[in-house]
Amino acid sequence: MNVNENTQAQRLSFWEKIYLPEIVKGLGLTLKAMVAPKMTRQYPEERFEPDGSYRGRPVLVLEEEGERCVACGLCSRVCPALAIEVQASETEREKERYPTLFEINMLRCIFCGFCEEVCPEEAIVMSKDYEMVFEKREDGILGKDKLLVPVAQLQDRLAYLRRHQYYENAGPQEAS
Amino acid sequence: MTEPILALLKTIVLLFGVVLPGASACVYFERKISAWIHYRIGPNRVGPLGLLQPIADVVKLLLKEDIVPRAANSFFHFLAPLISIAIAVATFAIVPFGHYIDVGGQNLYLAIAPHTNVGILLFLALTSVAVYGLTLAGWSSNSKYSLLGGLRSASQMISYELSLGLALVGVLMIAGSLEVNEIVQRQAAGGWNIFYQPLGFVIFLVAAYAETNRAPFDLPEAEPELVGGYHTEYSGMKFGIFFLAEYAAMIASSAIMATLYFGGYHLPFVPQFLVGLGFETFAPGGLGLALLEVGTFTAKVAFFLFVYIWVRWSIPRFRYDQLMKLGWKVLLPLSLVNVAITGILMLLF
Repeated sequence: MNVNENTQAQRLSFWEKIYLPEIVKGLGLTLKAMVAPKMTRQYPEERFEPDGSYRGRPVLVLEEEGERCVACGLCSRVCPALAIEVQASETEREKERYPTLFEINMLRCIFCGFCEEVCPEEAIVMSKDYEMVFEKREDGILGKDKLLVPVAQLQDRLAYLRRHQYYENAGPQEAS
Repeated sequence: MTEPILALLKTIVLLFGVVLPGASACVYFERKISAWIHYRIGPNRVGPLGLLQPIADVVKLLLKEDIVPRAANSFFHFLAPLISIAIAVATFAIVPFGHYIDVGGQNLYLAIAPHTNVGILLFLALTSVAVYGLTLAGWSSNSKYSLLGGLRSASQMISYELSLGLALVGVLMIAGSLEVNEIVQRQAAGGWNIFYQPLGFVIFLVAAYAETNRAPFDLPEAEPELVGGYHTEYSGMKFGIFFLAEYAAMIASSAIMATLYFGGYHLPFVPQFLVGLGFETFAPGGLGLALLEVGTFTAKVAFFLFVYIWVRWSIPRFRYDQLMKLGWKVLLPLSLVNVAITGILMLLF
């Protein structure tokens, strides 16, 4: 039998076996931790300001002339959690549509960002909003009134998206 | 003034001036120090710096429903926390917080029972009785986990009591007396016991941690295996009393450690220096010296309490067989060796 006799217990030196020096070492470590700077963020007073890469609540981009969304329904189709519902109607302009109803169920949303990735118009993006508290389940279904956010507030995210592969060869032309 | 009334007054002062504030300070610092070790801040919302946190904790415990399991033996279920707290507090009877104050020619000793000639023996007896609180709690709850916790505390305390007592034998040999004040006075004259009994102190420290059921020896309440251990079936203020008893026992054993090994209330050089400067109040029997002694003693006890908490948040819990092995195969022989060495050295010098 090829039994390895070199077990952990046999490798311990004398000083390790009597525990005390090792215990003192451990106590030294915790003493250092005691005086070290603390990690805690005092949340309600001290807020986390996310980077452009943060995937918070998905929102619709609102430009000065109106919303970007053309109600193609791709986001609704790709959503793995089936959280998005879009109903389309036509605008006065030719071949242009707009959503009469656009709802995101935040109780279902898993913040995967697929909707944003699939959107051909860069009309739905992930915002920095991470504070989503509802008093009723019904309040968790956000309509267009809560989803539309002025484009000026979403610049970080849009810049981030343009730096990365999603829009390398596609997307709105002004991106360049 | 008669002796019993004086002792009663001292007891009241001790309970409301030392044990309760001491325990709440312990609760606060337990939470703070554990937070600091975890790189956290700790309680800071209730009052300035979170200082009112212990009050909030106690109010919470008082307002909670007190549940007694239907299958429990309600009398012993009620009795167990009382035994725990009574024993923990009773230990303070022999602890001298200072020497004495001269009140109109009479000496007011700063201990509840100043001339107890069985002092240390009483301490050992009380720590033995303390096990009844936990064991009864475990048994009377009529729950498997509680019973296991109670049994563990019983076997653990029996194992470590021997080393605890034998570690103290070294101190008693040097002092030649069981009276606590004598031991302190002996240390004041001839140097603190820690310099004569370093091994004895280490044994006493480890055994005391096991006796108070503190980490790394908190097996009776090992929550991964036993839910809550002996207090699984306790809620509300009965649980709070166990909590309080644990801290009171910690304070008591810290006080004993400071008294027996670190000179108790003795502060070297400073009082003599102050008397040399012309402050008569720092002469023996003066109020200044008494306050200084109480302050010194408090500082020493606070240091040992800090070590208690510090160790708890640094060292993982022992496995049960390791605990027994350490108690019987390591600490007990070591404490016997310590007694032998002390005896030989005393014969030689």
